[in-house]
Amino acid sequence: MTADGGKSEAVASQAPASEAPRSLAGAAFAVMQRDLRLALRRSGDTLQPLGFFVIVTTLFPLALQPDLSLLRDIAPAALWVGALLASLLALDLLFREDAQDGTLEQLALCGLPFTGLLAAKTAVHWLLTGLPLVVIAPLIATALGAPATAVPAIVAALLLGTVALSLIGAVGAGLTMGMKRNGSLMALLVLPLAVPVLIFGAQATALAIAGEPIAAPLYLLGAMAVLAVTLAPWAVAAAVRIGLE
Amino acid sequence: MSWVWFHRFGSPPHFYRLSRRLVPWFAWSALVVCVAGLIDGLVFAPPDFRQGDGYRIIFVHVPAALLSLQVYVVMAASAAIGLIWRMKVAHAVAASCATLGASFTVVALGTGMLWGKPMWGAYWAWDPRLTSELLLLFLYLGYMGLRSGFDDTARADRASAVLAIVGVVNVPIIHYSVVWWNSLHQGSTLIGAGGIAVPSMWVPLVTMIVGFELYFIALLLIRTRGEILRRERNAHWIAEALGAPPPTAPAYGGASGHPAAHRPAVQRG
Repeated sequence: MTADGGKSEAVASQAPASEAPRSLAGAAFAVMQRDLRLALRRSGDTLQPLGFFVIVTTLFPLALQPDLSLLRDIAPAALWVGALLASLLALDLLFREDAQDGTLEQLALCGLPFTGLLAAKTAVHWLLTGLPLVVIAPLIATALGAPATAVPAIVAALLLGTVALSLIGAVGAGLTMGMKRNGSLMALLVLPLAVPVLIFGAQATALAIAGEPIAAPLYLLGAMAVLAVTLAPWAVAAAVRIGLE
Repeated sequence: MSWVWFHRFGSPPHFYRLSRRLVPWFAWSALVVCVAGLIDGLVFAPPDFRQGDGYRIIFVHVPAALLSLQVYVVMAASAAIGLIWRMKVAHAVAASCATLGASFTVVALGTGMLWGKPMWGAYWAWDPRLTSELLLLFLYLGYMGLRSGFDDTARADRASAVLAIVGVVNVPIIHYSVVWWNSLHQGSTLIGAGGIAVPSMWVPLVTMIVGFELYFIALLLIRTRGEILRRERNAHWIAEALGAPPPTAPAYGGASGHPAAHRPAVQRG
């Protein structure tokens, strides 16, 4: 089946007018279902950030020396800079096509809270681009010399960090939605805002590799994830509304 | 309780007339206060017992660093006012703030580096304050980049307002994350925490801060006047204010010439 056929079918399979979802939860579920289906039928695009993450983290040992003690020192930096850049790369997928084919306008006009619907879209985006990084992280971390005891902490830190990164990035994606070439501008907007996540994520990873308690940076990462979940959807909705005009 | 003054301040013609009268007052007092502060700081203030005469750069550095942060808050506040009450002048103020704030940030970074070379032995140290100042510069650059990415001024105003508000929520988080980042890596190298106790040193510093504030207000008024001229260039009152005969056939209808009147409607579906 071609990507186009899949897309039109996915759009058609959304409930017809008579049984359109009346509640936010139902609509959000429908949006998530649709986005997931579209992404899975174009798995090549969807997997790009993951491939990027794996390749970037592989480049570090090649650029340095295959010395495990050295790699263990740079592992936090490699993991988190890689995760940050991979999440940045994935942002272009978030709103671009739905803005072009009118889906976002329909969502804005359907009468249900736009903030909630966009939060559902961002959640799917995290499932597709954030969660794979978390899943592959134990492999990468081990390859970079992290001991097995550090792996759970690294996974926990990445789990919280990618949630915050997806939401911060969604604000940048919404703001630059209407522009033709927005890659470098998006980096300029998003990267300074993502600095706290980078700092505490790398710190948690470094402490975990050193075998020290990681509660402090992990709590701060959790606080940032909660703050992003609470506030970012409103900024995303405001940004996307401006982009739709 | 009357809010008329607030709404009058938001009217471009009123602001334009008022600011023309205000600019000379702020500009001249800024010049006088800055010259007085500089003479006091560079000639009359005693040299520091440890840093000698090198510390005198703080009379420029500290006001610039203070303003670099303050201008961001002013920018975000006026952007929020423009977003919430749809006040045109507020958006023009926010647009004018960005370049000024970025310039103050560059001055603060530059003077800090010049001071760092003789005092720390390096132009750049990953000191928390330096790093968060650098990130502040990136925030300003992002704001300016976003603004220049839109052709339509009204959309640029609102999109950059959202970014400024998101940024102002993040500035304290970024600052404290950078402080904790470095303080866990090495012992605290915070400088100037003790403060200056000698009046002969802090009097010129306070004078310079006041002078910089006046200078900022004067520049902000001048830049906002330019912004208003650019935005309202098709309005009748501009021609009257500039003493030209009013245009016979305005390109945009109405007295405001606001591009919003010209945009297609949102609803298409």
